[in-house]
Amino acid sequence: MGLLDQEFTEGNIVIAKTEDLFNWARLSSLWQVGFGLACCAIEMMATSASHYDFDRFGVIPRPSPRQSDVIIISGTVTLKMAIRVKRLYEQMPDPKYVISMGSCANCGGPYWEHGYHVLKGVDRVIPVDVYVPGCPPRPEALLEGLLKLQEKIRNESIVKPIRSRFVGKSA
Amino acid sequence: MKTAEEIFNQLKEKFGSSILELKTDKPVEPFIVVNPLEVDKICLFLRDEKDLQFDSLMNLSGVDDANGTKEKDEKGLETIKGGTLSVYYHIESTKLRHKLTLKTSTDREKPEVVTVTEVWKGADWHEREAYDMFGIVFLNHPDLRRILMPYDWEFGYPLRKDYKNPEFYQGMKVPY
Repeated sequence: MGLLDQEFTEGNIVIAKTEDLFNWARLSSLWQVGFGLACCAIEMMATSASHYDFDRFGVIPRPSPRQSDVIIISGTVTLKMAIRVKRLYEQMPDPKYVISMGSCANCGGPYWEHGYHVLKGVDRVIPVDVYVPGCPPRPEALLEGLLKLQEKIRNESIVKPIRSRFVGKSA
Repeated sequence: MKTAEEIFNQLKEKFGSSILELKTDKPVEPFIVVNPLEVDKICLFLRDEKDLQFDSLMNLSGVDDANGTKEKDEKGLETIKGGTLSVYYHIESTKLRHKLTLKTSTDREKPEVVTVTEVWKGADWHEREAYDMFGIVFLNHPDLRRILMPYDWEFGYPLRKDYKNPEFYQGMKVPY
């Protein structure tokens, strides 16, 4: 909007589709749940820090899921933690988005066979919008994941969401 | 500074039949095998004796020796009957700068070892971990609960050699 600043002498009207406006607003200030799980969380924090500056995309960690729009599952989801992750997700207000960061959150990672305590993919408990591969992914990869999520939100419709609603897989 | 052999002789003199043997097989460090129900008294002596002063428990870990008889049930799953579970204690004297390893073995079907939390406070969580992973019961422990696995985990002890993971936990599929 900076281009329009101070350019008019009187009040003006901007015409836009509500969908475009909503989508633009949603994708431009994705507040994330301020939590991390394992080594991926270190990369996520590096992404938030000044060098990669997550904030330039409007991503700010929030201390409460009730103020958040996106949850980044950054690390190994143990069975014990999965219950808490699910509860955090449920406490977030709609519209809400999930980024699964790293091999562990995607599919169990190195724990896929002998990890008696690891959930083999966070998509077994919550619906994932974007999967970011890597072990752990570099900050650039996480940024790419965020841009992919923004792209997804940009094409959303308030009439019929393209985001598939979660359907429980397990018994 | 004392060698394991000297400490073994000193313990043997004091505790007699509770001190089972001294193992000096290479390449591992020498260790002393003791009675699981006398560990607390032996450790207290090791800590308080003037020329031993083992003031630090560096590590305490459980081991499944898997030396029982292996049986297959009708589903083809292997279980181990009998044999032993062991606990290893790595202790150090920061004053006299010597180290020692203790081992105690207990019956796999009824694994009971006396706690050493009274001797070294740091043993508390180590023993809870050994209980969590192997099901070793530490007698007189002040707070013997699972420490890593969920409190409602009812599928056994994950680091036992014949452990089988469940299909589901709280509605979540566990296998890949």
